[in-house]
Amino acid sequence: MELLARRKLTNQVALTLSLAAMAFGLFWLAWILVTVLQLGIDGLSLSLFTEMTPPPGAENGGLLNAIVGSLILVGLGTAVGTPIGIMAGIYLAEYGRYTWLGRVTRFVNDLLLSAPSIVIGLFVYAVVVATTGKFSGWSGVIALALLVLPIVIRTTENMLMLVPGPLREAAFALGAPKHIVIYKVTLRAARSGVVTGVLLAVARIAGETAPLLFTALSNQFWSVDLNEPMANLPVTIFKFAMSPFEDWQRLAWAGVLLITLGVLGLNVIARVLFRAEKLH
Amino acid sequence: MNTEAIDMNSRQADTAPPIRKPVSQVGAKVFGGISMLFAVLALMLLAGIILALTVESWPSIKAFGPGFIFSSEWNPPAERFGALIPIYGTIVSSIIALVIAVPVSFGIALFLTELSPLWLRRPLGTAVELLAAVPSIVFGMWGLLVFAPIFGEYIQPALAATLGQLPFIGVLFSGPTMGIGLLCAGIILAVMIIPYIASVMRDVFEVTPAMLKESGYGLGCTTWEVMWRIVLPYTKNGVVGGIMLGLGRALGETMAVTFVIGNTNFLSTASLFAPGNSITSALANEFAEAERGLHTSALMELGLILFVITLIVLILSKLLLLRLSANEGR
Repeated sequence: MELLARRKLTNQVALTLSLAAMAFGLFWLAWILVTVLQLGIDGLSLSLFTEMTPPPGAENGGLLNAIVGSLILVGLGTAVGTPIGIMAGIYLAEYGRYTWLGRVTRFVNDLLLSAPSIVIGLFVYAVVVATTGKFSGWSGVIALALLVLPIVIRTTENMLMLVPGPLREAAFALGAPKHIVIYKVTLRAARSGVVTGVLLAVARIAGETAPLLFTALSNQFWSVDLNEPMANLPVTIFKFAMSPFEDWQRLAWAGVLLITLGVLGLNVIARVLFRAEKLH
Repeated sequence: MNTEAIDMNSRQADTAPPIRKPVSQVGAKVFGGISMLFAVLALMLLAGIILALTVESWPSIKAFGPGFIFSSEWNPPAERFGALIPIYGTIVSSIIALVIAVPVSFGIALFLTELSPLWLRRPLGTAVELLAAVPSIVFGMWGLLVFAPIFGEYIQPALAATLGQLPFIGVLFSGPTMGIGLLCAGIILAVMIIPYIASVMRDVFEVTPAMLKESGYGLGCTTWEVMWRIVLPYTKNGVVGGIMLGLGRALGETMAVTFVIGNTNFLSTASLFAPGNSITSALANEFAEAERGLHTSALMELGLILFVITLIVLILSKLLLLRLSANEGR
């Protein structure tokens, strides 16, 4: 009986600890979200969206150039990375599923998925910035596209794999060539999953700072010229948060709030979208 | 009359079943070719990264040789570079992160698969995944401006008064309590990787056949015993794979670490309270302002070292996870 009591006690302790671990995880999420909301809303104002990033020591100022720069960089990065990723994903699922090339690519892609993003920044620096001789918006776009790529490849492939084989066979039986089958049948069946993947990729790159540090750099002024260094939210936040100026830190908190809301919002939309489609 | 006959004829031709030409496969071939090209592109990216980093870091590799890894001197004006301190910082902060994150993640996964009421599973799982989605710069800024002051004021003195008094490991928790430092970076990293490890663990726990678990319960096992003696051994590879995945993230994490690690290239004590540097934070702080030449090259070599370490960790993780899914079929 003593043994049973001990086993029961062990069980109780373990389960309590497990509950504590769950609470621990949620505690951090809540703490971070509450601070970000509190301090971020404090820094929110209309001038945030109408004024440029201020020079050192100046009061006020906003984040307009950084917000627009981020939108451009993320938008173009996604636009470049997505089609390539979808095509490569199609290859992995529809053409090269059982070939060695497919297998190796899948493996390598999984590595790239978790590779440090700062290394992508170094790579783009070496290939683009060092050869053109200057930091530029384009190099930032390339770095972000390279981060989008593995995510989109992975989700596209996974979603296409879920499309049942008979659907393909039925289309082939009607005489459709392979690219029509993929384009009109399988890709369409996997559409919501692919869109989810793209949304998650956007969410991921929206907050990426490290790869932009050596590519798009930052710009204190208004500039939409992709051949010049380009302002963007993450690098601006990095600069401002590390600074001793209180005004800059306030702006940084506001920027963090924008990014967090954007990223979490995209995640929620992606989830809802995917689940809604799945229920049909 | 005549014209009508012709009309009839043509009408007949109209209604005759059309002779179908075989479907052209050119489009399919072209499409397949293009898709293969892009897949190869993704494949080449990895080789390209290694190649580009090696080429760029070649001057530094030539100048310092393998001694680069063992030298703790980082002196840009004198053009003498050694990677020991950033490597030490990267590894130590990642180990701290794992020590905290692994048990917590296990607890979370246990809770999500065995304990949680069904209706809570999805929202809690989503919450954990959302924590994973929070950008690292948010963690970093929050760590620097919110967590570090509290950490330095209350938690570090408490640690120094308790763990710091123990023999041997006491030295790890001694010294000035500034908040920022290796330990603080490790804790922030732990919070960042908990969701990754926890979701992999939850996913692999869920593949354990219900039959196995039910057999355990049938023999009178407690929940904990089923978990510890049946589920965990069965999913061992997957669990280790998940931990490695988290380690890979921790090693390569930039922003969260850069804000709170202290960024100094001098290290004189074994204390975890001391500020340090990591590979990623050295890159983030110095690269854009580095002189083209040996300094840039040495930083590139740091990046190369980081990439190689992470690749090894990730490959191990991937192989272990693959091994688990291979077992699944049996």
